[in-house]
Amino acid sequence: MTAATTTTRTPDPLLQIDALRVEFGPAASPLVAVDDLALHVDEGEVVGVVGESGSGKSVAALATMGLVDPPARIAARRLRFAGVDLLAVGERERRALVGKDLAMIFQDPLASLNPCFTVAFQLTEVLRAHGSSAERASARARRERALQLLRQVGIADAEARLDAYPHQLSGGMAQRVMIAMAVACRPRLLIADEPTTALDVTVQAQILDLLMQLQARERMAMILISHDLALVAQAAHRVVVMYAGRIVEAGPAAALFDAPRHPYTRALLDALPEHNVGRARLQALPGVVPGRDDRPRGCLLSPRCAHAVQRCRDVDPAVLCADGREVRCHFPLARPGANDA
Amino acid sequence: MSDGASAIEDVQAAGTGAGGSWHEAWNAFRAGRGALVGMAIIATLLLAALGADLIAPHSPIEQARDAALTPPAWRADGTRAYLLGTDELGRDMLSRLIHGTRLSLAIGFVSVALSLLVGVPLGLVAGTFGGWTQVAVMRLMDVMLALPSLLLAIAVVAILGPGLANATIAIAIVLLPHMVRLTRAAVLEEIAKDYVTSSRIAGAGPWRLMFSTLLPNCVAPLIVQSTLGFSSAILDAAALGFLGLGAQPPTPEWGSMLAGALEFIQRAPWVVTEPGLAILVTVLGFNLMGDGLRDALDPRLRR
Repeated sequence: MTAATTTTRTPDPLLQIDALRVEFGPAASPLVAVDDLALHVDEGEVVGVVGESGSGKSVAALATMGLVDPPARIAARRLRFAGVDLLAVGERERRALVGKDLAMIFQDPLASLNPCFTVAFQLTEVLRAHGSSAERASARARRERALQLLRQVGIADAEARLDAYPHQLSGGMAQRVMIAMAVACRPRLLIADEPTTALDVTVQAQILDLLMQLQARERMAMILISHDLALVAQAAHRVVVMYAGRIVEAGPAAALFDAPRHPYTRALLDALPEHNVGRARLQALPGVVPGRDDRPRGCLLSPRCAHAVQRCRDVDPAVLCADGREVRCHFPLARPGANDA
Repeated sequence: MSDGASAIEDVQAAGTGAGGSWHEAWNAFRAGRGALVGMAIIATLLLAALGADLIAPHSPIEQARDAALTPPAWRADGTRAYLLGTDELGRDMLSRLIHGTRLSLAIGFVSVALSLLVGVPLGLVAGTFGGWTQVAVMRLMDVMLALPSLLLAIAVVAILGPGLANATIAIAIVLLPHMVRLTRAAVLEEIAKDYVTSSRIAGAGPWRLMFSTLLPNCVAPLIVQSTLGFSSAILDAAALGFLGLGAQPPTPEWGSMLAGALEFIQRAPWVVTEPGLAILVTVLGFNLMGDGLRDALDPRLRR
């Protein structure tokens, strides 16, 4: 049933999530933020996660790292990272593992740096906890490495920036510092949660370039969470489309964007301004993501889907797998435009 | 306390605020005239307290029986030897007031420090852990807040016994719920921010998170509350002293000076007026500075 199978599956992926579910609120009528999520990331692979606001992208990432606190409820059949079962390890081991091998970048760079401390302090703090033995032992080695990291992420006049406070940095520079902190301990997986959303368009491109360079050089795996389809299409090897807490479609980036199989993916692509040149109005998907009280019985997209029939409204579709792609739909689109009205 | 001129200065301060947030805060603080007056009062008091032995013309407990109830120097029957007159036992009022400064400031400092020492960790724990810990801590604080502050202080002194040290402890207990609530509120505001999540991802445990990540970001409201707490501590100490529950004679504490001189209020009004004025000016000084600090440190009020 669950979609943990693809043709490109390797014996032991770096991160493997199976049937992850995150709920908030009362147990009787919970708000399901993430539902039956299956995802795997191989070493060195870039996986894009796209979806509207509120589709559970960020919550899924945080839940994976054990950072969603009670009263939220998290359940999963499997949650493995780097060969360790995250469901079974204790708090202390999880912190040691996650702190070193897993790093995360957030949307708002200025809010993700502690306003009370200098750049150097925050960088060396990470190194003191998870750095090499030389770095853990010597403050000078840590400062040296911090400087090198700042140069690596392309900060001009890195020497002077070491002693700057976050409020003295611009948004782009702060995001570079965040990236430096994230890659300081050479993580095996980097989760970038909308890393460019809060930045200027020109800076966006630079930051994405930097991320992709670091990713390629360090061979780290990356989960790129975004609602910017263009960005994901550019950067990701594989793409996962989320809707209302579920994965509705997954597959290799090029194939998925060329020929979307799920009507939701299709609608997202159709809503891009680039696909609407010459039209009077932008095509939009009517309606909103279902909330706690109006979750449909059948397919979650059925109230908004142009192709929905009675079966869609009654029966929740299972995940169909074919030639390396997964789609959660009763009637997957065959070719681009084939099912168009 | 701010007028047109200081508002303009405020704008300038905001415009040139490139030199760090403390520099900005200092500019905003300087712009408020009241804050500066308060700071001047506190500086003067601090000097008086530190140099009491050098400044005071007489010993605070030495009795000149032949000069009892001498009026202040500006009255026709006053004398230069006792600038502010003497009390019913012939002790120099000025010397007693100067030495009383030392006591009042010490009581204020120690009780605020005690309440911070206990209140800040409690607030951090309540805010960080939430759940039952928070319910337990906060409901206890609500119970303490439900009692009028002086009544609570009197109750504590009644249990511990009268005396300066016990009065200080009682005042610290009275201040405690304010510190806890304030710390928790600041923690709740900060803990949702990304840098806290980022610190947790980097592997920070709950204690590191509380004291090293969150606490430095919560100090601004605590500084303000501590300054204001100083003034209420001094006021409460005087009240306890007046009731005979604080400092015991012959300690020159302002509250107990008031109590001792009450029967002479008609014959020798200065004996009552002078300690009263000392309390007033001190409390005013701390309140002015507290308000100024609040304006300077609270970003919501600055805009």
